Amino acid sequence: MTASSAPFAVEFEQVSKTFGDVVANDGITFKVRAGTIHGIIGENGAGKSTAMKMLYGLYRPDTGGAIRVDGREVHFRTPQDAIKLGIGMVHQHFMLAGPYTVLDNIILGAEPRSRLGTVDRAAAREKLTEIAKKYGLEVPFDRPVERVPVGVQQRIEILKALYRGCEILILDEPTAVLTPPEVEKLLANLKSLKAEGKTILIITHKLKEVLSFTDEVTVFRQGKVSGGLPTSEATIQKLADLMVGRKVTLSLDVPPRAPEAPVLEVKELSASRGPVKALSEVGFVVRAGEIVGIAGVEGNGQSELLEALFHSAEKGVIDSGTIRILGEDVTGVRAAEILRMGVGFVPEDRHEQGLLLDRSVEDNFILGQQSSYAWYGWLRRRWVRAAISRAITTFDIRPRRVDVNMRGLSGGNQQKVIIAREFEKDPKVLVVAQPTRGVDVGAIEFIHGRILKAREAGVGVLLVSSELDEILQLADRILVLYAGRVLAEFKRGEADEKKIGQVMGGGKSAAEGR
Amino acid sequence: MSGVVHPPKMDQMDRALKEPVLPPLHSPFSWKQAFLNVLQPIAAILLGVAFSLIAVKLLGDSPMLVLKTLVKSAVGTREDLGMTLFYATPLIFTGLSVAIAFQAGLFNIGAEGQLTFGAMAAAIVGIVGKNVPAPLAPVLGALAAMAAGAVWGFIPGWLRARRGSHEVINTIMMNFIAVGITSYLTLYVFKTEENQIPETAMVASQYLFTKWTWFGDTPLNFSFVLAILTAAFVWVILWRTTLGYEIRAVGDNEEAARTVGIDSARIRMIAMALAGAAAGMVGINEILGSSGKFKMGFSPEYGFIGIAVALLGRNRPLGVVCSALLFGALHKGAGALDMETEKVTRDFSQILQGLIILTVSATGFWEFLRKRRKRK
Repeated sequence: MTASSAPFAVEFEQVSKTFGDVVANDGITFKVRAGTIHGIIGENGAGKSTAMKMLYGLYRPDTGGAIRVDGREVHFRTPQDAIKLGIGMVHQHFMLAGPYTVLDNIILGAEPRSRLGTVDRAAAREKLTEIAKKYGLEVPFDRPVERVPVGVQQRIEILKALYRGCEILILDEPTAVLTPPEVEKLLANLKSLKAEGKTILIITHKLKEVLSFTDEVTVFRQGKVSGGLPTSEATIQKLADLMVGRKVTLSLDVPPRAPEAPVLEVKELSASRGPVKALSEVGFVVRAGEIVGIAGVEGNGQSELLEALFHSAEKGVIDSGTIRILGEDVTGVRAAEILRMGVGFVPEDRHEQGLLLDRSVEDNFILGQQSSYAWYGWLRRRWVRAAISRAITTFDIRPRRVDVNMRGLSGGNQQKVIIAREFEKDPKVLVVAQPTRGVDVGAIEFIHGRILKAREAGVGVLLVSSELDEILQLADRILVLYAGRVLAEFKRGEADEKKIGQVMGGGKSAAEGR
Repeated sequence: MSGVVHPPKMDQMDRALKEPVLPPLHSPFSWKQAFLNVLQPIAAILLGVAFSLIAVKLLGDSPMLVLKTLVKSAVGTREDLGMTLFYATPLIFTGLSVAIAFQAGLFNIGAEGQLTFGAMAAAIVGIVGKNVPAPLAPVLGALAAMAAGAVWGFIPGWLRARRGSHEVINTIMMNFIAVGITSYLTLYVFKTEENQIPETAMVASQYLFTKWTWFGDTPLNFSFVLAILTAAFVWVILWRTTLGYEIRAVGDNEEAARTVGIDSARIRMIAMALAGAAAGMVGINEILGSSGKFKMGFSPEYGFIGIAVALLGRNRPLGVVCSALLFGALHKGAGALDMETEKVTRDFSQILQGLIILTVSATGFWEFLRKRRKRK
């Protein structure tokens, strides 16, 4: 079952997959050389996850094509069939049982038995210690999974696959939740796996990582393979163009601009989540015509900061501190009033906080602003339509229909509806959180352009994002949030990925300590 | 400023002509789509009917006879039709009540208590306010019924919004409390002196609606028109006002509504009060429209049937009216089954109702599954 018997560990030949009338994969053909790291890239909904799920036995392909593993055609019915042939998968959202120990999580479902029929943890530990040592995948075996950092949880998932004898490892968006030092560590782990002859497939939409991680790349676009090339011949521009299907502008031209009067001031803001301190004396100022970026790994107080900005009127949201907007103290003022002062807000989770998914684009466009489209409490659909027909053109929202369900739009277009809604109300302050999460390259380009335009128009922008590239490109000043504190502040040009990355992991020592 | 009106400049006109003609932003009205929308619930109802007729066949009666008896008894004569509409009236009110709450994301199991309280309030006003002049009296009685229902709906709404206790439990409890209080009031405060039946004295005569003689000797009255008007009013509120927009936004995604500054607690209290008022209006039909007095246990669980009515009507006002009419017809038609058929009894109509609800909710379930699959 070792990969050496065939030159290609995985082959897809004319594989298709349809869900109802939606074609997710349309005649996919590509080959993965054994013992290499292979990147699978593409925009959201391009079909890369579908293809990998077929390889892992989660979906069954339509008849007609063939998937071959080590040269032999396979027909998986369940992931168990795939695991038997040495295929392992690490999902984007980890499948771990929080209160169980790391060891128990790894062996769950494949526990070695002692002669008495009990779980033979000692044998498992022995085997795992050996594997961990071989690939540099150190994990604390006896700690509950919920108490270890995300980067370690990922290592646990990889160990889980290796423990089950995996030769071909699929990783779905492995770097989405990691700090830059953790990404480095992962890369080292993957390299040692490769050195041992394992084949690795990485699904990602981060082009930079493709270049540093992989040997070969396959690009997906709209359910088809739009290109495949050795990484040595690839450039970011080339990959982006293949993903989008046209020329993409990647580098932004940011003209210098002198900031003006402060529009958003936060002073000594503290908040807790249950008994845990989530924000400790956070303070910053955003001036008109300036973009201030809040960098940090998710879960370091970003959500609490956003909650505090708008919902300090509600009980228990903040412990202490003041928030001033346009010079006015708005601590304890209701969200509706703050938003009416000329504050636009793009929430971090568009499905949970930003949209009514089962309602029309039109209904979503007025969400929060329904009163400005009303005459004594009566909704004036004609006013709404006039405004939205303008917005749908300026923001290039597709399809050009306002009566379709929000759910039917792609992630990028859903986000554009929110951006249109919040940017069109001529705000003086914009709070923009994770504006391009799960959004395709074309829409990212557009949204970044819009944020810069707002800055030019003299809007003060607070940009909260876990995408470091985004922050580095857009922000005039960068604050790094770690464990609820602002650990560092950088000006544009002062910082690079490495410097900020170390702070994001809690300073230099913490970054290296794991 | 100069007072001279300039003709449009040529380049402006050119630009206007050159502007691309954009496709419309709305899908054109499609008869096919409208037909499909109506077809699905009708198909579900027919499926339910088919299942029940199979049951009839198995019992040994003739399905055709049962069907004919049901239809004939429901709409055969003017009088039959009148009774069907009379039975449908309270169901429109309670169906609307459940639907309003549902649009705000709440499950109102308390329509029964709200309508009991509404009816009692109308009766009390009619008994106490003997000197209210004729034109004002029924209006006052109706307002009392609505207000009492609204209060009874508002309380669990308030408990949910401010204290976080679940409205399902609270509305059920409010049902028991309503029965207790109204029973006490009936037996010890407003008891009729004419007999030993547990009912209140009659309201003053100027409160009573006139009966419609065109339908013969039926209790059908103006309340039916009021029910239809209420349905229209609910539609306007929910789909044409900012209040309705906010109610439905809270029902669709409370977190998103809160994020954009909608006060979801306030909206839910208002929605529950509106739901209670709609249920309370059953009291108008019962007290002012037909019996003229509060009889203990007058409601054959209109409030609970209202849940089924709202479900069948997909929580839309027009749908509620249609499904209430169907349930009214089934209720009326059932009475004749005892006489006309050998083995099938009136309980059969309840089996039919149950099966229709099952098939309708099952088709709704398919849609739900399809949506979930799409989401993945």
